[in-house]
Amino acid sequence: MSDFTAREMMAIAAGRFISDGDILFAGTGVALLAAGCAKRIHAPGATVFFETGGIDPSLEEIPLAVADTRVMYGTCINAGIIEAFSYIASPRLHTIAFLGAAQIDKYGNLNSTCIGEYEHPTVRFSGSGGACDAASLASAYIVFMEHGRRKFVEKLDYVTSPGWLEGGDTRRRAGFARGGPLAVVTDLCVLKFHETTKEMYLAERYPGVSVEHIVANTGFALDVSRAVEAVPPSDEELRILREEVDPQRLILG
Amino acid sequence: MSTYPALHDKLMTLSEAVSRFVGNGAQVALGGFTINRNPMALVYEIARQKKRDLHLVCHSNGQALDLLVGAGCVGRIEIAYGGNGRFAPTCVRFRKAVERGEVVVEDYSNYQMALRFLAGALSVPFVPTKSGLHTDLVRRSGFSEQYRAAHGLPPKKLAVIADPFDDGGDVVLLPALTPDVALMHAQYVGDDGTVRIKGLTFADLEQAKAAKAVVVTCEQIVPAAELRADADQNGLPPFFVDAVVPQKHGAHPTACRFFYDYDPQHLNEYKRVARDDQAYGGWLEQWVFGLGDHDEYLAKVGREQLARLAADPVRGYAVGLDRR
Repeated sequence: MSDFTAREMMAIAAGRFISDGDILFAGTGVALLAAGCAKRIHAPGATVFFETGGIDPSLEEIPLAVADTRVMYGTCINAGIIEAFSYIASPRLHTIAFLGAAQIDKYGNLNSTCIGEYEHPTVRFSGSGGACDAASLASAYIVFMEHGRRKFVEKLDYVTSPGWLEGGDTRRRAGFARGGPLAVVTDLCVLKFHETTKEMYLAERYPGVSVEHIVANTGFALDVSRAVEAVPPSDEELRILREEVDPQRLILG
Repeated sequence: MSTYPALHDKLMTLSEAVSRFVGNGAQVALGGFTINRNPMALVYEIARQKKRDLHLVCHSNGQALDLLVGAGCVGRIEIAYGGNGRFAPTCVRFRKAVERGEVVVEDYSNYQMALRFLAGALSVPFVPTKSGLHTDLVRRSGFSEQYRAAHGLPPKKLAVIADPFDDGGDVVLLPALTPDVALMHAQYVGDDGTVRIKGLTFADLEQAKAAKAVVVTCEQIVPAAELRADADQNGLPPFFVDAVVPQKHGAHPTACRFFYDYDPQHLNEYKRVARDDQAYGGWLEQWVFGLGDHDEYLAKVGREQLARLAADPVRGYAVGLDRR
């Protein structure tokens, strides 16, 4: 087994959630690596698309923003923002979104807007972008987070994107036809959501990471009874990631 | 100056377009998205003319938004996202201005903002969506009732109602946007005023059709017959266009497909200086206020750098560009 970085593990771990035929709302950063790996390894029929409207680009070079001209080349269609979100919401499609956030709570609700009071924030972030839309409308979403107590919090400072809301069936009762968070992939572990309560639990810890370390870095109580060790990336997975998906190491660093 | 009879009252300089169509306090929609096809030449000119108290309506805006905020031109913003992708996950001057209370912000999502422009373009008062139910985008207003009344805005941000036809659950109703002016940069304008954007149009066309006036800068003015020979590619008919300004590299340092890529060195340097108030003030002096027009700005960027950004004619971006 080769050495690998947390970012490489995250890309491989997230890529394993992707099935052939999925329509992937990719964003940039690690999400793009996850999608790139999945397409080359086990889901060649998955389609990557961007909220800006670039659908299934060839991605010869890594885009550094969802509006990068690189998302417009080799596409089947260059659509607009409204069309892109209509695809995400289409009941005919199984759409999976990859999202990041500044804060997450135990039901997978996300904050990417601000820390502190909304009217007078101590820290302002970029805002929703398409995150709220994807969290509202996609079949499922996967969250990338850096693990830490200030990020995994009991209560969000601002609810930008809807997860399982208050747990149980609150999401369905709120008026969402489908969707919700499927998993959270961090630099330490993979977390999933309980089948009925929708509370987050520890599913897989990465090789070399202790359960105690994960619990100490999580700002709410975490069920760890189902935790197993994650399967490390294979040599072939790492080769594909490093040589084919991001040879310039623009995202891998 | 016009050698294009059909454009005789529309063709003008940056300076004239901004002084005629962008007043203090105007509600402005910016074309493009984060680091692509921002109407930068117009934005630099707005900063040079020291326009104040602008009301920006944005989905995901990046460099154009940050420059206008940084130059002190903006009073309030309705926005989904203020960032430059890898080049500034949150735009630096936008972030500082919000944290210091120098601009008033109200948050939406990309789809919500795009739909609001569509409603404006359709001349309907509002548009429904499922996006944002039970989030703070719906529960929290950035503008107070008093602020709304004082600035001629609808009395509330949005409304949530139950599906009036069936049992489809709650929906969010978003008010239409009809900005005073939409600013956009296109690759081509025909000599009859037809607009052609190459690559993703983002919400530019909805913004233009919703706005009370449209100002377009373009890389090239071409014979109308050329655009009409393949009209499927065209974005806007001439009757929506109020001003046309031919301006090469009018989107620099953001990208313009088939003409040039974004400028990674410029964007990195911008992010670096933007963190420090004094350094940023000096940068604005050097790159905006101290220059007469966009051609002087391009001379300062330099021919060699512009050559590095030149787009590959097939792929539309600069292949192998150093983007670290």
